[in-house]
Amino acid sequence: MTAIEETTLKLDPEEARRVRQERLERIGKWVLPLAIMVLAIWLWDRICVWNEIPQYILPRPGVVLQTLHNDAGLLFSSLLVTLRITFLSLLLAVIGGVGLAVLFAQSKWVEMSFFPFAIVLQVTPIVAIFPLINIYVNNQTVKLLLCAWIVAFFPILSNTTLGLNSVDRNLRDLFKLNGATRWQQLRYLRLPAAMPYFLGGLKIAGGLSLIGAVVAEFVAGAQGQSSGLASRIIEAGYRLNAPRLFAALILISLTGILIFLVLSLVSHLILRRWHESALKQER
Amino acid sequence: MIQEKVAQKAASGEAPMLLSLRNVGKVFSNGVTALSKVDLAIREGDFLSLLGPSGCGKSTALRLIAGLSTPTSGQLDWRGPADRSNIGFVFQEPTLLPWASVFDNVWLPLRLKGVSRAKAEPAVMEMLSRVHLTGFENAVPRELSGGMKMRVSIARAMVTKPRILLMDEPFAALDEITRFKLNNDLLELWQDERFTVVFVTHSVFESVFLSSRIVVMAARPGRVFGELTVDAPYPRDEVFRTSPDYAALCRQASDVLVNAINSTAGPHHDGH
Repeated sequence: MTAIEETTLKLDPEEARRVRQERLERIGKWVLPLAIMVLAIWLWDRICVWNEIPQYILPRPGVVLQTLHNDAGLLFSSLLVTLRITFLSLLLAVIGGVGLAVLFAQSKWVEMSFFPFAIVLQVTPIVAIFPLINIYVNNQTVKLLLCAWIVAFFPILSNTTLGLNSVDRNLRDLFKLNGATRWQQLRYLRLPAAMPYFLGGLKIAGGLSLIGAVVAEFVAGAQGQSSGLASRIIEAGYRLNAPRLFAALILISLTGILIFLVLSLVSHLILRRWHESALKQER
Repeated sequence: MIQEKVAQKAASGEAPMLLSLRNVGKVFSNGVTALSKVDLAIREGDFLSLLGPSGCGKSTALRLIAGLSTPTSGQLDWRGPADRSNIGFVFQEPTLLPWASVFDNVWLPLRLKGVSRAKAEPAVMEMLSRVHLTGFENAVPRELSGGMKMRVSIARAMVTKPRILLMDEPFAALDEITRFKLNNDLLELWQDERFTVVFVTHSVFESVFLSSRIVVMAARPGRVFGELTVDAPYPRDEVFRTSPDYAALCRQASDVLVNAINSTAGPHHDGH
């Protein structure tokens, strides 16, 4: 519709420049990052060739791709192990984060009393906690889950708590005026109002749960107890198998990007009708 | 003519009492006296405006009537518990749920009382048609103009058929053309249903156009300064808005308001 208007309208130079600028930006948004990426990979390849760097130090991109193909069975089965921990811990982070936030929202006293504990859990490096978990927990999966969960749940808890507490004062009065119960207020007012905040936290937690899963595997893997991607990386490191190391690294990065994109899409689909953050800039 | 006289009589004090405020005072914890010794009789079918400068406690009075706040002294006597529990409230902002459709927003008060969507539908649709929003049930608030949002807010307040509608400067943020239109539509609704309205405003013109009675309030401390009966027949329309009668009534109300503002003593006084 706007395109038709643009062509039929006689534009003054300023507006025409603006339209051209917008069109360029729209194309550039995709083309530029892609071009830079391709350039970087090409440069990587050239550096390997020009400097005759041996494969076990820096493999050429083609070799990494080849390894990704050849070791696909091994790498993808490891990826699946890591993914399982990632998604389970994200799920637990959502349940735990939202559950605790709802609990905190019930009373200022509960929030004041327990929020510091959540912060302590958040700021203590997971690598430092792991030896303790290793002593107390026997089950390997539970160990990894616990680690990834500790890393991932805080942004959800903190964001959802903020959201539940940021309800419009008048809306709260309106609910009170209509005799809403505590549960009705939560269900029809506070939870929907917290949705954008929760989704913001979820986007952060998605990435963190992957990081948590990989870090937990690293620590556990050092003790020869894991079969996820991190242990493949450690193993490849010991054997100076740099191509496989790179291949595993690329898989982890791609997974992280994919998680972020999926969560962004989910967030957009849920908020697109009403929230400012999801609205297209028009007018 | 006879009908008009009946309406006037009702307005001037022969309708049954709905609510009376007796010697009501409100002091906030920071020491500010928001209201002092307020006596106010609200009769069934009144269109009562609380008119006054900012800080005169008119919004506080409205919140006390709504039960959103409790008086420090004095008391509110309702005719019956049913009248106290069913109150419509319209805020200065539309105050809609931004994620919910127009239908769901209007349904909300009924939903909170346990009425299902299907059962609520006739009442919601009727209310939407009364505020001229038929066809917009599936829109979300951000897709509506300021005036339309306010109409949704009014429909939501009226959907439970309250005996009393409290309005806190509902049209203050709207442009004049939209405000006039909403004034007319509100009067039309009021005349059809004959509920009671308490309307807070700082506009002399708006209060005269709408009300059957105007209570002028003064600030520091918030108190009732004077009262006027608006002796103009309903229905009032654009003809009334340009009539000499209207101008005279506005002058009268304006004089009382100026006196109320000047009566405020102390260093904050900005009348001179």
